[in-house]
Amino acid sequence: MPALSPDDVARLAALARIDLEPAELERLAGELDAVVAAVASVSSVVSDDVPATSHPLPLVDVYREDVVEPSLPAEAVLAGAPAAQDGRFLVPQILEED
Amino acid sequence: MSPSADRSSGPQTGADELVRASAADLARRLAAGEVSSEDVVRAHLDRIAAVDGAPGDGRGVAAYLHVSGEEALAAARDVDARRAAGEQLHALAGVPVAVKDVVVTRGTPTTAGSKILEGWVPPYDATLVERLRAAGMPLLGKTNMDEFAMGSSTEHSAYGPSRNPWDTARTPGGSGGGSAAAVAAFEAPLAVGTDTGGSIRQPAAVTGSVGVKPTYGGISRYGLIAMASSLDQAGPCARSVLDAALLHEVMGGHDPRDATSLPDPVGPLAEAARSRDVRGMRVGVVRELTGEGFSSEVMASFRSALDLLADAGAEVVEVSCPTFAHALDAYYLVMPSEASSNLARFDGMRFGLRVEPSEGPVTAERVMAATRGAGFGPEVKRRIILGTYALSAGYYDAYYGSAQKVRTLVQRDFAAAHEQADVLVSPTAPTTAFPLGSRLDDPLAMYAADIATIPANLAGVPGMSLPSGLAADGLPVGFQVMAPARADERLYRLGGALEALLEDRWGGPLLASAPALDTVPARPEVATA
Repeated sequence: MPALSPDDVARLAALARIDLEPAELERLAGELDAVVAAVASVSSVVSDDVPATSHPLPLVDVYREDVVEPSLPAEAVLAGAPAAQDGRFLVPQILEED
Repeated sequence: MSPSADRSSGPQTGADELVRASAADLARRLAAGEVSSEDVVRAHLDRIAAVDGAPGDGRGVAAYLHVSGEEALAAARDVDARRAAGEQLHALAGVPVAVKDVVVTRGTPTTAGSKILEGWVPPYDATLVERLRAAGMPLLGKTNMDEFAMGSSTEHSAYGPSRNPWDTARTPGGSGGGSAAAVAAFEAPLAVGTDTGGSIRQPAAVTGSVGVKPTYGGISRYGLIAMASSLDQAGPCARSVLDAALLHEVMGGHDPRDATSLPDPVGPLAEAARSRDVRGMRVGVVRELTGEGFSSEVMASFRSALDLLADAGAEVVEVSCPTFAHALDAYYLVMPSEASSNLARFDGMRFGLRVEPSEGPVTAERVMAATRGAGFGPEVKRRIILGTYALSAGYYDAYYGSAQKVRTLVQRDFAAAHEQADVLVSPTAPTTAFPLGSRLDDPLAMYAADIATIPANLAGVPGMSLPSGLAADGLPVGFQVMAPARADERLYRLGGALEALLEDRWGGPLLASAPALDTVPARPEVATA
């Protein structure tokens, strides 16, 4: 079991798009290390012949009729957005300019 | 210890009597025209104003994040007018209800206990909220919770903790501590909770109330802010088994907008709660959820309830579910993995908070990271990072993959145990309510509060907690009942019977013996309602 370092946490936080302060990285590394050590036993209690369960109930191929249903008015949805313009979400630039 | 000894005596009249009445009793009196919904709602708003305070002010129960007094009164007046006009109404019409803040409500702020959604007003209702409104049930407000339902104490709410009505220096459990505290403190006759690993049942246990996690898919998830989609389940919080059944029946049944919703109609749950007959019912005590790790006081209360069931004609047997010992570990891999994916939607683009980075270019990606860094609290960050780790290349099979296999083993344990028993029972939580702050810096100690409730979530089976009595410290103990998937009525049958036996012994409901609460300054929106 590899120990989690603050650098590991920083890499995971970047993947998860969460800015963390150096103190948070330090604290999370210790806490997550303890949690991972505690839960790692799961790999030792299962064998290859046990199927995985991703969902508790075996409902498959659930479809509804292919008919048009009413949807929310755009203005009601945009009312909760941090910024909107011309009936659309207004977002910051996507690409970083050099 | 018998709670009847120090039960407050004397006649209770007026508003106090209305807030202490059961939902079933209120429904009957509303239908008979003995009381108006407006009076019932007003009595509850007065009670909230007197004892709730507000999260973060350091006083009061702090069960509510938002109280919608004007809207509740308007809904009550509407029901009263329709009743006066002779309209046929739902049996619970006019009975008010509180809703956990993880459930979206059109026109009423919904934060899931997080700063990242502060001030957000949803443009639509969850299906279960639609059904409450259609039944004519006024919504009193939104209840406090651990942020995004991640916690076992309500202390991870970004707005401050709720407090346990039995001892305001202790937590009411979590994540749905607000809903449990609201019913236990007589601030609502009914409340809605959600249960991903015990968030309805564990708060019910430590507040002396009743909480039910239905079979997975029994109540629509449409409009629940998702934490772990394969585990999340809404359910009722109440002060009696019958009241829980009545609320469950209103909310349950198929919803075409939730593809994981069961096709079955909701069963005759209230009828089961009223049957009070456990003769011949096989009650399986789960060996792995008793004894070690459970306090001696909790075990004593549990054993005493078992004796009552045996005397009433139930057949008490012991069953073994060996993989339950690994359920908590599997849960803390599956749940964070699903949460890390579900919470990706909080990106600062479409709703809620948007924070720009303090330096450097203002790109969408950097705004997302700044928003999530500022908007999420420590437990949410912890679980998203843990989930990201468990799902990352090189660890996926060992962690997430193995945890999913443990789910299969837990399901097999349930199936084998149910060959010997119609229902399975255990204490709901290993201890009584713990003091505020005592586990906040120790995530593993906090997680252990859910050790007995998590197996039902992993397997998708229904579970109930009802009070079995008070421990020597004067705090309530919860008794858990579990049943096979789609056999929720068994919970109500056993729970209703056990509750009746216990109340005969106590001389009334356990919550009637809860200590009186201090009056605290009301929050502004309640004071003016």
